[in-house]
Amino acid sequence: MINNKRVLAVLPAFNEAATVGEVVAELRGELSGVDILVVDDGSTDATGEVARAAGATVARLPYNLGVGGARRLGYRYAATHGYDVVVQMDADGQHDPRYVPKLVDALDEADLVIGARFAGEGDYQVRGPRRWAMAMLSVVLSRVARTRLTDTTSGLRATGPRATELFAAWYPVEYLGDTVETVVYAARRGIAIRQVPVAMRPRAAGLPSHSAVKAAVYLFRAMLILFLALVRR
Amino acid sequence: MRLTVLTALAGLVVLGAILELLRRRRLREKYAILWLAVGLVVVPLGFFPRLLDGLADALGIANGVSLVLFLAFVFLLLVCVHLSWETSQLEEETRTLAEEVALLRAEFEAERVHDQQ
Repeated sequence: MINNKRVLAVLPAFNEAATVGEVVAELRGELSGVDILVVDDGSTDATGEVARAAGATVARLPYNLGVGGARRLGYRYAATHGYDVVVQMDADGQHDPRYVPKLVDALDEADLVIGARFAGEGDYQVRGPRRWAMAMLSVVLSRVARTRLTDTTSGLRATGPRATELFAAWYPVEYLGDTVETVVYAARRGIAIRQVPVAMRPRAAGLPSHSAVKAAVYLFRAMLILFLALVRR
Repeated sequence: MRLTVLTALAGLVVLGAILELLRRRRLREKYAILWLAVGLVVVPLGFFPRLLDGLADALGIANGVSLVLFLAFVFLLLVCVHLSWETSQLEEETRTLAEEVALLRAEFEAERVHDQQ
């Protein structure tokens, strides 16, 4: 419970046995009244067992769906179990649980709250095509959502009942669709969107990709997804 | 004349293959009708390759064979698009099933833990 709201934290995890235990333990320590659902996205390692041992509820997908599929499962679980708020986070430890109450508070005036870097908090930096992609997404999506959004690809989000119901029924499975397309879809259906400044931590395991080719591919995919999101009904 | 033998044989083989698949219930009805229609168009054209020369001429295409090639290409393209559409739908269905299975398993395990306590 945060402010008398039943809150479910959803963490999609694919082969993250190395970090998921610690992340769940930290979440439980920082946010005592929050239920935690780890969606084991068809992992081949012990992700599910580790998460369960750390005290999370685990829903295990029979095969790897990708992060969008795992997230929709989280929303469906929340919708069928009557949660007031869903907080979606990453299982690699880059999202700081201390920001969760801020996100939940912001739901008083919005249905979808995005925890955003580049909004005054933290010192996260990106360069090159990846930065252009993020800047383009920010400009277009801010206009669509009629609010300032500086970090539309952030995976740290909180949803109220309306957005939860919407995302339980519809959530894209494609890469980037899960962040970009959801904003367009929700905004067009009258969901109020806000952002809350957050700082993110370096990932507990694994490295973010920095190659130029990957960044260019990212820019291209971001443009494609954005175009599709805008023309799709 | 030899060309006609080749095309006629090809047409008969196509029709035969479709009928056999239908007989063994390997094709769903919605596809069966489509492919049967294709077979019924291909066979007469196989026996009389010049059948469409008149129509081709009216459309400004050099000869009937070119017209058939053009139509076949467009048709196959549409079939490919249709199959992409079908697989997209199937993927969406299997995704929903996978989610359902995960939900049920989580439910079941919660129940079992509850019973043990």
